[in-house]
Amino acid sequence: MKSDTVVSRKSIFPFRVKFEQRISDVPKWYPIALSFAAVVVALLIGAIVLAVGGGNPWATYAHIARASFGSVGVFSDTLVKATPLILVGLACTVAFRMKLWNIGAEGQFFVGAFGASAVVLIPLLPETAPNWLFIIAMMLAGMFCGAIFGLIPGLLKAIFNVNEVISTLMLNYIAVAWNNFFIFAIWTEGGFQMSKVFPKNAWLPRLTDLGSEYPFFRGLTTHFGLIIAIIAAVILWYILNRSKWGYEIRLIGDNPKAANYAGIPIKKHIVLVMVVSGALAGLAGMSEISGVVHRLQGAISPGYGFTGIIVAWLAKLNPIAVIFVSILFGALILAGREIQPSGVPKMIQGVILVCLIASDFLIRYRVKIIRNSEEE
Amino acid sequence: MNQSTETLVKENVIEMRGITKRFPGVLANDHVDFDLRSGEIHALLGENGAGKSTLMNILAGLYKPDSGNILIHGKSVAFASPKDAIGAGIGMIHQHFMLVPSQTVTENILLGLNEPRFIMNLKMYDQNIVELGEKYGLPVDPKAKIWQLSVGEQQRVEILKMLYRGAEILIMDEPTAVLAPQEIEILFNTLHNMVGLGKSVIFISHKLHEVEQISDRLTVLRKGTVTAQGIEAKGVTRADLARLMVGRDIIFSLEKKPCNPGKPVIQVENVHCLNDKGLNSVNGVSFEVRSGEIVGIAGVAGNGQKELADVLTGLRKCSQGKIIIQGDDIANRNAKAGIRHGVSHIPEDRTHIGTAPNLSVTDNVIMKNYTKKPISKGWMLDTPSAEIYARELKDVYDIIVPSIDTPVRLLSGGNLQRVILAREISSEPTFLVAMQPTRGLDVGAIEGVQKLLLLQRDAGAAILLISEELEELISLSDRILVIYEGEIMGEVFDGNIDEIGLMMTGTRQNQLLKSGEIHEI
Repeated sequence: MKSDTVVSRKSIFPFRVKFEQRISDVPKWYPIALSFAAVVVALLIGAIVLAVGGGNPWATYAHIARASFGSVGVFSDTLVKATPLILVGLACTVAFRMKLWNIGAEGQFFVGAFGASAVVLIPLLPETAPNWLFIIAMMLAGMFCGAIFGLIPGLLKAIFNVNEVISTLMLNYIAVAWNNFFIFAIWTEGGFQMSKVFPKNAWLPRLTDLGSEYPFFRGLTTHFGLIIAIIAAVILWYILNRSKWGYEIRLIGDNPKAANYAGIPIKKHIVLVMVVSGALAGLAGMSEISGVVHRLQGAISPGYGFTGIIVAWLAKLNPIAVIFVSILFGALILAGREIQPSGVPKMIQGVILVCLIASDFLIRYRVKIIRNSEEE
Repeated sequence: MNQSTETLVKENVIEMRGITKRFPGVLANDHVDFDLRSGEIHALLGENGAGKSTLMNILAGLYKPDSGNILIHGKSVAFASPKDAIGAGIGMIHQHFMLVPSQTVTENILLGLNEPRFIMNLKMYDQNIVELGEKYGLPVDPKAKIWQLSVGEQQRVEILKMLYRGAEILIMDEPTAVLAPQEIEILFNTLHNMVGLGKSVIFISHKLHEVEQISDRLTVLRKGTVTAQGIEAKGVTRADLARLMVGRDIIFSLEKKPCNPGKPVIQVENVHCLNDKGLNSVNGVSFEVRSGEIVGIAGVAGNGQKELADVLTGLRKCSQGKIIIQGDDIANRNAKAGIRHGVSHIPEDRTHIGTAPNLSVTDNVIMKNYTKKPISKGWMLDTPSAEIYARELKDVYDIIVPSIDTPVRLLSGGNLQRVILAREISSEPTFLVAMQPTRGLDVGAIEGVQKLLLLQRDAGAAILLISEELEELISLSDRILVIYEGEIMGEVFDGNIDEIGLMMTGTRQNQLLKSGEIHEI
């Protein structure tokens, strides 16, 4: 930092804004407060756009809030949307911690859904198999397929140093095409572009299934996938913050040369992290197929894999924070549909991401407002 | 190299008078005088950190001197930026080239100029550049992309860039450091060509044989002051130059117990390896270090010391040779193998290799022993023990930091070095490779580090100390090996600085002995 270079240019403003690199660490609450502030700023920017577009921003936001948190019913729907986001957000978190930019969570989500469906549709298990066996088999199959789609870019990166952003991004298209092939050609039901509905045994239990015993739960679609996602978040938090492997990921992410110097095999970890990341995204696909859609079809994701990137970033790569951020984004997806099928809700997501990334600047720099006369 | 003797007294194109430049904690240039005559090659000699680059950066407009003035053709000038310096005909060619790899030679040369403005008639400029190249003996293909060129060719592009901008005076900052021997030959021919056409060249180097070969006059710097100003290169011996460069005074001497070496801990046998550019860097080095002794490696920077340290600690593959520690050959294994055999490494580059800047002090000190008990608990890390360990090191090694959770990027150089030392020494190494352990530290910190190293020696560790500070090497080491272009020139037990200086500049010890005295071969 060259702070001794004095700018002598006279300004018409009596004040000047100056950025100084921070020399001490920021307090713990600061990044969290900053993230909140970034979201608020993003919503304000969104409000301006809404107003320019002829809408009433405050009414719109109030509507979003009502449509996603207004009652137990809509909140349950929000949680349904949040479930895959949590898992995909975790997938991105683990990869991003090591500065591996896995942009392929969307594709891993799709092949995860494929793997879970295959258990029912090949079929690997008879239709009469018990529910718990179905769930475990589908989880394993979904995670396995997602892991394969993480393994490929992981190996390419470790062996040939192929940029993982490109390879994971391209694999997204392959995953969608792969699924489409099966939907159109093999598992099509009467020529429709979808498979048959899974037997009830292969469904994740929902709250509404308990409706006969507890009337309160009637009609609530929140499914067991949420529990799986929360458990996954807690386990991942524990692994990343308390295990040796988590420490190694942290070290590689911050300084690969230092990690190499400390004797950590980086290539092995690249593959491993990509596999875990892919498996988590694949699990998200399984949870969505088995918990919500109950059949394999084309449109199973409104871009969960990409929203997961924003979620992970907004959560500052903290698995527990991923849960809460996912609920916020689940609400945006759910209520957003009521405003506009596409467009405004996506715009707000985008603005939030931009504001968040921009806010990182304030962690490293201090803003100082100086009176011009104080100069010298 | 003085064929052009027709004019005995040539005009001074540059005069620098009383240049002083202070950086925080360092006096880089202390009333330095320097002058350059037209049509000469003037060598600027000195060890690393002697202030050569600072002085030339001042001349090239990168730094402003604290005091002193610069005269060009007798007129006083004050440069605010490199642009002003280029405007005055001074062009500096840095050690690290500033070229865009994906663009052509012509595009790189034109970069940043006002001409061409918008429509680039590159063909015409290609022609201009070929002509310029032919004139000065710098053949280049103007349409070639930079990445396709060898290092020597890239250097030619850099020189052309300066000539194209009308530079009359070229400052070459250690131009031979990156070149292969044949390329050096070509460069020297080019430089002769250029001075023949009236340009003047300042040649920064610390390689005596090159200086002898190329320069007309030379100026020697040591610790920011001039020890020889503008002396004729003819008739100066290497021994004289070595003495001027390294001096003979030892300022401090540490209290040191007599050395009681034990068994050999590490045996290095005929090790060869390449540097990052794929050139031969260490060429058949053999030595051993015994427990309880400090072996110093002396040498001018870039003679294979870093690569040697990397090979010994498992960070670099060696193309040939054996590294035997405790009976095991650890050559071509990885860093882990070294760590398992009790090898510690204090790397030269603290921020990029030695530490993870955004991680906490705790995370940084457990880097080498997180797989050992009690910090390792199964597949988990035992956070409380890690914190206890970090707190202990913070107290013992006097690391000044608000808390052990502070990211180490906020630490000062001395404290950062203490973090590394704490980590590397507390593991009670059998073999410690310390590279430039005191560089950039203040006097108090230096003494602390040196005492720690001696304590380790007395505790029975085998220590290999690689340093460019001769005084430090002499006062700490029990014996000193001198490395030059990746080969060991000889071994010195008594700290004879003249002998070391000569070997550092490429004279083998047996040649010294043959000539009976410390003299030229």
